[in-house]
Amino acid sequence: MTIQLPGLLDTDAIRKDFPILDRLVHDGKKLVYLDNAATSQKPRQVLDVLAEHYERHNANVHRGVHVLAEEATALYEGARDKIAAFVNAPSRDEVIFTKNASESLNLVANMLAWADEPYRVDHDTEIVITEMEHHSNIVPWQLLAQRSGAKLKWFGLTDDGRLDLSNIEEIITEKTKVVSFVLVSNILGTVNPVEAIVRRAQEVGALVVVDASQAAPHMPLDVQALQADFVAFTGHKMCGPDGIGVLWGRQELLEDLPPFLGGGEMIETVSMHSSTYAPAPHKFEAGTPPIAQAVGLGAAVDYLTSIGMENIARHEHAITEYAIQRLQEVPDLRIIGPTTAEDRGAAVSFTLGDIHPHDVGQVLDEQGIAVRVGHHCARPVCLRYGIPATTRASFYLYSTPAEVDALVEGLEYVRNFFG
Amino acid sequence: MKLDSMYQDVILDHYKNPHGRGLRPGDAEVHHTNPTCGDEITLRVRLDGETIEDVSYEGQGCSISQASASVLNELLVGKDVAEARRIQETFLELMQSKGRIEPDDAMEEVLEDAVAFAGVSKYPARVKCALLSWMAWKDATAQVLSERKTA
Repeated sequence: MTIQLPGLLDTDAIRKDFPILDRLVHDGKKLVYLDNAATSQKPRQVLDVLAEHYERHNANVHRGVHVLAEEATALYEGARDKIAAFVNAPSRDEVIFTKNASESLNLVANMLAWADEPYRVDHDTEIVITEMEHHSNIVPWQLLAQRSGAKLKWFGLTDDGRLDLSNIEEIITEKTKVVSFVLVSNILGTVNPVEAIVRRAQEVGALVVVDASQAAPHMPLDVQALQADFVAFTGHKMCGPDGIGVLWGRQELLEDLPPFLGGGEMIETVSMHSSTYAPAPHKFEAGTPPIAQAVGLGAAVDYLTSIGMENIARHEHAITEYAIQRLQEVPDLRIIGPTTAEDRGAAVSFTLGDIHPHDVGQVLDEQGIAVRVGHHCARPVCLRYGIPATTRASFYLYSTPAEVDALVEGLEYVRNFFG
Repeated sequence: MKLDSMYQDVILDHYKNPHGRGLRPGDAEVHHTNPTCGDEITLRVRLDGETIEDVSYEGQGCSISQASASVLNELLVGKDVAEARRIQETFLELMQSKGRIEPDDAMEEVLEDAVAFAGVSKYPARVKCALLSWMAWKDATAQVLSERKTA
């Protein structure tokens, strides 16, 4: 029986684009890939572009006069145009390529560490994050706080997995220099209320950094509508290759803020005494960039756009709603995070009685079902809810209701195995 | 089925009915974690001369890590430190074998119930779970002995 839900994409057609989804694992079991929040699979359209890049256009960028160098440069810079359009950036020069979202966030933290006034983060100033951040949006700010003497503060969480903004005026104050938070939680699935946080940050003149790693792959992302100052995301979760991330930043900030990594590509002129820097984005892209990876991300953005981000969001909403409903039928299963599909992304974390997630994941794997287990690089969330770890199923544009059913059946098998 | 090679009955028995669980007085205490999955153990060692009088522990984690601590307790308490080290080294060798060591009678005599973990060594992501308590024991024992030296 095929389950029909409103808003589903034609997954039969889409799945043909992803060769890996046909794989059989563990002696002929069909792969059920539910680890999309960790990384997405890659469509043929991206794989072909990567192969073609190395087979036909491979050269370093921005420095050769030969034909391959010109082609590679055009492809690399063309990818920047595509990503700028994908996030509705006012200017292509606001799109910085990094190796992943972690590097993007570290880059912002280090720009602010070395900045002059009015941006400089130092003692007597405050940094604000939240308790549901991925470690990549905690540790860079801890490092900055330790090195600068700034105070690190954070929003706590409500019992149902949402941000507790009840004390927003005590958390974000006149001393706050920067507020950095996740748009969609990788562990709870929560979609956070950007507007309320941005409004308060703007009141006190703090910069706003948004970690959109779990948003960019799944829903329309408009950096102008967000009104943030910086937005970070990574390529490999959105059908692109690994090794490529993005930091979008407002142009005047990128002009004012100092570079972090120094090297080739980011300079204007160099003498033995001092250097001047290229304008953004190159100022923040020292060394040979991940060229093929950027081109691959451009192809991924083309692919996602051809399907339509609104359509992908609608599909995932339907799948998530169905998954939440079916999972709650499993005895002893507790969802960690919102238990409705409203303001919620497609990652669903849960515990299953006393059975440790590691054991859950292992027994699911034996049935061909790939989930993530552990603390998902968000250990403070596990501490907050008094659990050592969770099992997480996360969906994408190719996920089907049948895969949700397979997960639920798999969990019944897990319960019997350890029962 | 392959899964049964990891989840041997011996392991599941130890998981469901752990030996020596709970913290009791010790000469040294360590806290070890497995950062990739959140397994944690607090472990204490009490020595009487060269004899291991008690290994007590408290922790949370998967069946493999918890069963391994239980087997360790059963195997090492009452042994002298040198012999326990040999057992620990043999267990480490087995767990690092990537499934290539088929335990023989001699190994079985040394490891007793711990040979049941041979199947776990085929699963790289789980080897650390099995070794967690053993590394904690090694660390705690080294602490007791070095404190004795400086005392």
